[in-house]
Amino acid sequence: MKFSEQWLREWANPAINVNDLADQITMAGLEVDSVVPVAGEFSGVIVAEIISLEKHPDADKLNVCQVNNGTETIQIVCGAANARAGLKAPLATIGAVLPGNFNIKKSKLRGVESFGMLCAETELAMAESSDGLMELASDATVGMDIRDYLQLDDQIIEIELTPNRSDCLSIQGVAREVATLNNCELTPADMNAQPATIDDVIKVNIAAGDACPHYLGRVIRNVNVTAETPLWMQEKLRRSGFRSHGPVVDVTNYVLMELGQPMHAFDLDKLNGDITVRMAAAGEEVELLDGKKVNAAADTLLITDAKNVLALAGIMGGEWSSVTDDTRHVFFESAYFTPDAIAGRARRYGLHTDSSHRFERGVDPALQSQAIERATELLLQIAGGEAGPVIEETTSAYSIKREAIHLRKARIKRILGIELADDEIEAILTRLGMQVAAAAEGWLVTAPSFRFDITIESDLIEELIRIHGYNNIPRVMPVYQSGLREKTEKQLAMQNLRQNLLDHGYFEAVTYSFVDPEWCKALAPDSKAIALANPMSSEMSVMRTTLWAGMLKVLQYNLNRQQSRVRLFETGLRFIEQESATLQQPMLAGVATGPLLSEQWAADSREIDFFDIKGDVEALLALGGGKIECVAEKHPALHPGQSAKVIKDGQAIGWIGALHPELQKTLDLSQKVYVFELELGSVCDKNVPKFNVLSKFPEVRRDISLLVDQKLSVSAIKECVVRAGSEVLKDIIVFDVYAGKGVSPGLKSVALGLILQDFSRTLIDDDVDQEIQKIVSSLEKELNATLRE
Amino acid sequence: MSEDLQELISKAQSAIDAATDLQQLDQVRVDYLGKKGVITAQLKTLGKLPAEQRKQAGQDINEAKRSVQTALEVRHATLEEARLKSILESETVDVSLPGRGQDVGALHPVTRTRERIEEIFSQMGFETAEGPEIEDDYHNFEALNIPEQHPARAMQDTFYFEDKRVLRTHTSPVQIRTMENKQPPYRIIAPGRVYRCDSDVTHTPMFHQVEGLLIDENISFADLMGTLDRFLKLFFENEDLKTRFRPSYFPFTEPSSEVDIQCVMCHGEGCRICGHTGWIEILGCGMVHPNVLAHVKVDNEKFVGFAFGIGIERMAMLRYGVNDLRLFFENDLRFLKQFS
Ligand SMILES: [Zn+2]
Repeated sequence: MKFSEQWLREWANPAINVNDLADQITMAGLEVDSVVPVAGEFSGVIVAEIISLEKHPDADKLNVCQVNNGTETIQIVCGAANARAGLKAPLATIGAVLPGNFNIKKSKLRGVESFGMLCAETELAMAESSDGLMELASDATVGMDIRDYLQLDDQIIEIELTPNRSDCLSIQGVAREVATLNNCELTPADMNAQPATIDDVIKVNIAAGDACPHYLGRVIRNVNVTAETPLWMQEKLRRSGFRSHGPVVDVTNYVLMELGQPMHAFDLDKLNGDITVRMAAAGEEVELLDGKKVNAAADTLLITDAKNVLALAGIMGGEWSSVTDDTRHVFFESAYFTPDAIAGRARRYGLHTDSSHRFERGVDPALQSQAIERATELLLQIAGGEAGPVIEETTSAYSIKREAIHLRKARIKRILGIELADDEIEAILTRLGMQVAAAAEGWLVTAPSFRFDITIESDLIEELIRIHGYNNIPRVMPVYQSGLREKTEKQLAMQNLRQNLLDHGYFEAVTYSFVDPEWCKALAPDSKAIALANPMSSEMSVMRTTLWAGMLKVLQYNLNRQQSRVRLFETGLRFIEQESATLQQPMLAGVATGPLLSEQWAADSREIDFFDIKGDVEALLALGGGKIECVAEKHPALHPGQSAKVIKDGQAIGWIGALHPELQKTLDLSQKVYVFELELGSVCDKNVPKFNVLSKFPEVRRDISLLVDQKLSVSAIKECVVRAGSEVLKDIIVFDVYAGKGVSPGLKSVALGLILQDFSRTLIDDDVDQEIQKIVSSLEKELNATLRE
Repeated sequence: MSEDLQELISKAQSAIDAATDLQQLDQVRVDYLGKKGVITAQLKTLGKLPAEQRKQAGQDINEAKRSVQTALEVRHATLEEARLKSILESETVDVSLPGRGQDVGALHPVTRTRERIEEIFSQMGFETAEGPEIEDDYHNFEALNIPEQHPARAMQDTFYFEDKRVLRTHTSPVQIRTMENKQPPYRIIAPGRVYRCDSDVTHTPMFHQVEGLLIDENISFADLMGTLDRFLKLFFENEDLKTRFRPSYFPFTEPSSEVDIQCVMCHGEGCRICGHTGWIEILGCGMVHPNVLAHVKVDNEKFVGFAFGIGIERMAMLRYGVNDLRLFFENDLRFLKQFS
């Protein structure tokens, strides 16, 4: 909300400057966003009147005006389209300095002399944009300095209010705060109730009593809607961000800003019969003031007459009943709609109005009568007319009575950590408009009707410290009962896990959890994704079923920026829709492409392959221990010949592989990409080591070289060796795998180093030979392997 | 000693001096002292001498032998030293050349900042808790005293799913889940991803928060202020950092506060970053609202406490001088590499 400093000072005028005032209310919870002058810095600009004008002889778009400056008539050349005889406009006289240090001198425009410049609002830095000369009121005093005439030595203060403080959405509300903070007097504008001079009334029926507990209306006849809104009102409204729309609308806006009561004015001649406040029939069409049509839902409150829907209550008036230049008689509405009845509705219809903003946060339920009297008074002053009696309907839901809240002295100390003196407590509450009565252990406090945000003891404690000053509380550290906490050894710390990946050259990425459904479908076609109902865009419309979706996009992004070597990892949840629930599972994923090492002088450059990324995964999994296996298995996103399920202690925990070349093409990735994705929980499961007695006897190594079917996996060979070997077989090292020249097609050569050791004696050659023979014959029998000579 | 012998020694010395490597020197040794060497040959002539000369001649030859031997050893040592020196020289490398191997990656600045925040609070006994990101309405809103139609719901543009579940808009639901499952006191921080349906220069639809909760029998607003003031000084490694607390509003705390720090860019002088105020809004906090404690059935007469919420990206931007929020989610390697 923004407003004029001068207007505020009419209501509360502490002896502090505007910057201190801004700081003060900011620190009281009314955050000041900006304080800006209402106009730029300028001097020498006066009110002037165009007496006559004629076309410039040599320029189509220019006029030569004769202008009265209050003492004489001078000649001004002007290009504004709205220049016309009789118009009063600001004139920058010779010697004037306009914003931006622009000096006005006598000049010649296309050969015609000009003794100054007629100004638009932008030229005085009073508006961002303008359309021709600034048009001043017809009663403006010619010759008067424009700064005095428009009272431009003023600031616009803009505050951002938290939703609980809608009581401050008016000059009255902010002034109450300022008066409380400075302990100065509140000086409301002089307002007088207006007696009825005619008898006209309209019957008002409230059919939605909970939503509209209080409805006031008033007929004003014979209003001159073409009367000019006085300058002081126009200027106050302008400084609050309202444009002038004629006296009726200006008056309702003025009361909204001054008192905080949203009002509406209907054209009386367009009303048919009684006014009824009711909930909408589902889908009921309402044509709004801005020409838009909405279909109201059943939870929307409407103002209707016997024939038409007149307004979305508390949000916006309807086109049908609006005040126009032809309006003669007016019906004022000043109502209390409950926040529950308005909240969320405007948003739903794509609307946000000054009225809905206030009603959905809350309006003082005791304000309606004062507001309608004030509006009547102002309208009669400006546009004349005769007022009927105030029509007032209340329902059983209407109450302005507040319940007293028990405020306990000990609780104040407990919550704030400091002791406030009784008299300070009472003084603060009283200044805030509360009724304070002594009670057991403290006080009974009744908040005023406009502070509907105050409902519990904690609210009062906040008010106390808000006025006392948050920063007057000494800062202490909480007392901490030290103790030793559980510290499991069965879980790998995330830090260690991440560090391991960093050491292997991976950078951590953080990608959005919502991704392109196409990518999800391509990368995890078997997982059902959950879609957002209101995504930012279609590329961010489903929750990721695999971390690869976001990470490959990042990989693509970097490849497109001359980074040919990319290694990334990410941790986070994947989301898979399952029968009974949505699986939200922490995962760890990596993607890598390009050379194994960054370009360097001392190592040959080589593109990574499956075994590089497998090595990285093995190193990572080694941190947690356990038995790790990779089993060839096809995955729809992976190269069918370079894809493996990762098994930890017999449990599948994820995948490693090369991205399927087709998919790589579809995703527009220019080079081979290797990926892995593992269940983070399983990766972090850590085995507590268990010691095995060391043998005192030497190890023996025997190497064997086998020829086997090329399709046979090395792990199958190792398993066979383990099955055939006795307890002296300690380890198997695969030190060569070869196919090609010297090996028959369809076969490969696999070289194994077998490590043997006994616990009770030194193995002799005979023992070793026997063991090896046993193993070899098993390999021959079971796997059709032949020993290579 | 005979002249012949003298000459022999001097010839040997010349040969030794002329040897330029160990092989040549060894040849000299063989020539003079080897089985068929000149001096060895001399010894063989002893037998032909008359007995009275034999002793003297033998002593002379042995002395000559020793003298050649010594000269050989000296020369050997010199040549050995030269050889070693030349090997070392030939093995000398340019130590300024880069080492071989894998580069080291880097943590994402969000993680780096999150770990830093967790570490600072863990010293005070705060334990890290996590929770689901797809949340139900109850845990994300209602239990936090944000009933339906509450204006605060409009403050947090929410992503939702057809079944009315939402993407959590803050990590506060983790507090609720913790309080539902454990008895007080509580000291937890809940870091993680949060989501709001908003995207512009200063907003991304996903960002990270650390939510903190301390509930105990003797906790006050003064403790809250002390804790956060200390945390901010530690985080920015600046004991002189000024902080201020401003009344604010959150449905789940009362009293509520925003915390400002003195601008880390201009040190309070006023600059573009702080909107010329000298202060930067950094986090929100407050005393846990009695309704929230009531929702999780914690006796709010016995227990009170505070909660706070810290935006991780904001802390990272201020700490590392990152000027654009969106960089965090582009994951440009040129950006990530700066956090090595
Ligand atoms: Zn600054």
